[in-house]
Amino acid sequence: MNEAVVQVDGLSKLFGGKPAVDNLSFTVQRGEILGLVGPDGAGKTTTLRILAGVLPADSGTVLVAGQDVIHEPEAVKSRISYMPQHFGLYEDLTVDENIRFYADLFEVSAKVREQRSGELLDACAMTPFRRRLAGQLSGGMKRKLGLVCALIHTPEVLLLDEPTTGVDPVSRRELWSILYTLVFQGVTVLISTAYFDEAERCHRLLLLHQGYGLFCGTPAELKGRLPGTVLSIASSEPRRLRAALTGADGLLSAMAMGDALHVVVDNPERRVPELRERLRAAGLALGEIAAMGATVEDVFVYMVSGHAPERGN
Amino acid sequence: MAEAASILVEDLVKRFGGFTAVDHVSFRIARGEIFGLLGPNGSGKSTTIRMLCGLLTPTSGRASVVGFDVAEEPEKVRQHIGYMSQKFSLYNDLRVIENLRFFAGLYGVKGDLLEERIDWALQMAGLKGSETLLTGELAGGWKQRLALGCAVLHRPQVLFLDEPTAGVDPLSRRQFWELIHQMSAEGVTVLVTTHYMDEAEYCNRLALIDAGLIVAAGSPSEIKRTAIKGDLLLVECAPLGRGLELIKAQPGVVDAAVFGAALHVVVSAAEKARVELAAAMAAAGVKASRIEPISPSLEDAFVALTGRRAGNEAVQ
Repeated sequence: MNEAVVQVDGLSKLFGGKPAVDNLSFTVQRGEILGLVGPDGAGKTTTLRILAGVLPADSGTVLVAGQDVIHEPEAVKSRISYMPQHFGLYEDLTVDENIRFYADLFEVSAKVREQRSGELLDACAMTPFRRRLAGQLSGGMKRKLGLVCALIHTPEVLLLDEPTTGVDPVSRRELWSILYTLVFQGVTVLISTAYFDEAERCHRLLLLHQGYGLFCGTPAELKGRLPGTVLSIASSEPRRLRAALTGADGLLSAMAMGDALHVVVDNPERRVPELRERLRAAGLALGEIAAMGATVEDVFVYMVSGHAPERGN
Repeated sequence: MAEAASILVEDLVKRFGGFTAVDHVSFRIARGEIFGLLGPNGSGKSTTIRMLCGLLTPTSGRASVVGFDVAEEPEKVRQHIGYMSQKFSLYNDLRVIENLRFFAGLYGVKGDLLEERIDWALQMAGLKGSETLLTGELAGGWKQRLALGCAVLHRPQVLFLDEPTAGVDPLSRRQFWELIHQMSAEGVTVLVTTHYMDEAEYCNRLALIDAGLIVAAGSPSEIKRTAIKGDLLLVECAPLGRGLELIKAQPGVVDAAVFGAALHVVVSAAEKARVELAAAMAAAGVKASRIEPISPSLEDAFVALTGRRAGNEAVQ
């Protein structure tokens, strides 16, 4: 497992004088899923484009599957599969015809093509739609077809740019299930997402903010960075609850949700009775208080609110 | 619900030829409530929203928005609603102030009210002093608050939000929902459609629609509590792939899938399954380091409630 298939060191890219990617360094091991996680404009797409050899970098080194992508961008292309956000499907061709086109492009034999497309279409519940025109598929199904086309040959490294944006949770699970199957076969996956909850599905994640790396590690390691404990207090009036709790000792933050108030406290054993007392004194109904795990989003917000490590690590 | 319904949907049906997009859907949303309508691609969400905006005529049933019937008085309905989507909302090549004036014109805001509302929107969006910036050059969070400002210039009583914060940085997203909760406290009714379970958590109540039918409704915590028939276990084991195959074949296992470096396993009874899975893995030489019950997420609930029909997505 300890074999770096992707090695990125000091990668930078400027657009109009502004850094889109700023001194980024990371490695990905064989059979690992690395998530590039961050909001729009964080540098996810630019990073993937450089790794795929379709965009030159301004500085840094990039090795993908043993190939120096910066100096020989063409050499890497047979070893990887890159699925951009807008994958080139032919809308006037059917699902099967699109798959066939990509299979021919990657010189996949008819036998392999039939077997592989059958498996992939099944895995993403697309088999009934083989004869439908790509232009008549819903957004989620287009994404799935794009993935099937990108996977019709067996790449060493798979680069996926936001494959799940606009895709419903059921289709999203199907996509992930395909990725996990590939990983068991030794494929290395880099996937970008703006859905912070999806970061939990990656083996490791690179948290990106304004082009630089905020954090790189496992989701569990990331969550360990948040001081305090997240509690959920059930309430139909979370904003009133928060008003009553403002200024309470040990309260690090509070966020009103749909049917609960989420608070971060320094020491739950000590603070829960104090919070209860405060709510009782304010005449507010006492809802159930439950500890919840911190989310990746919680830690991101904490880090970009002035607690981030220095830029460039 | 003691409060008067702001949105009332009764037995609503929409057919396109032989295809039933919305199939006898009913729900009511109280004034000031934040209501989330969730569903897979092609489930009938967008069709429902289009009918509520008075843009599509129902085949049968009825719907009213702040007392106006959507089929009979679509113009009245449109005067009282605001619409915002993350995907389309603003003209990027117009300046901030030009976008505001454009939408004010569209919604018929004029006279003294015009300057007052534009001023209010600039304040709310944090764009005071940035009136002449090109909209396309604004960072995600500002652009999105500007879009919200434009959508509510005419003080609508009902606000429709379509994936309003997808792709926006989490700090801006939290500020955005803070604004929405504030509007709701002031009596604005909010209907959210989204695939983003993080957004659904900000809603007071949710309805899940699948193949044109409402399959579940309730608060986010109610839905999480009741959607999964059985219990959810987190299993950490090595090798993961072999563990998965083994667990899938065990009796009492409803579903098993990889989740990051672990497995999520739905079982009919947690305690019994814990013992049985541990024994089965030990016997097969799979090393289990952790088997414990976890609470289902809203996504788990969504998948459990809609997963079976996932292959039947309709063409939009």
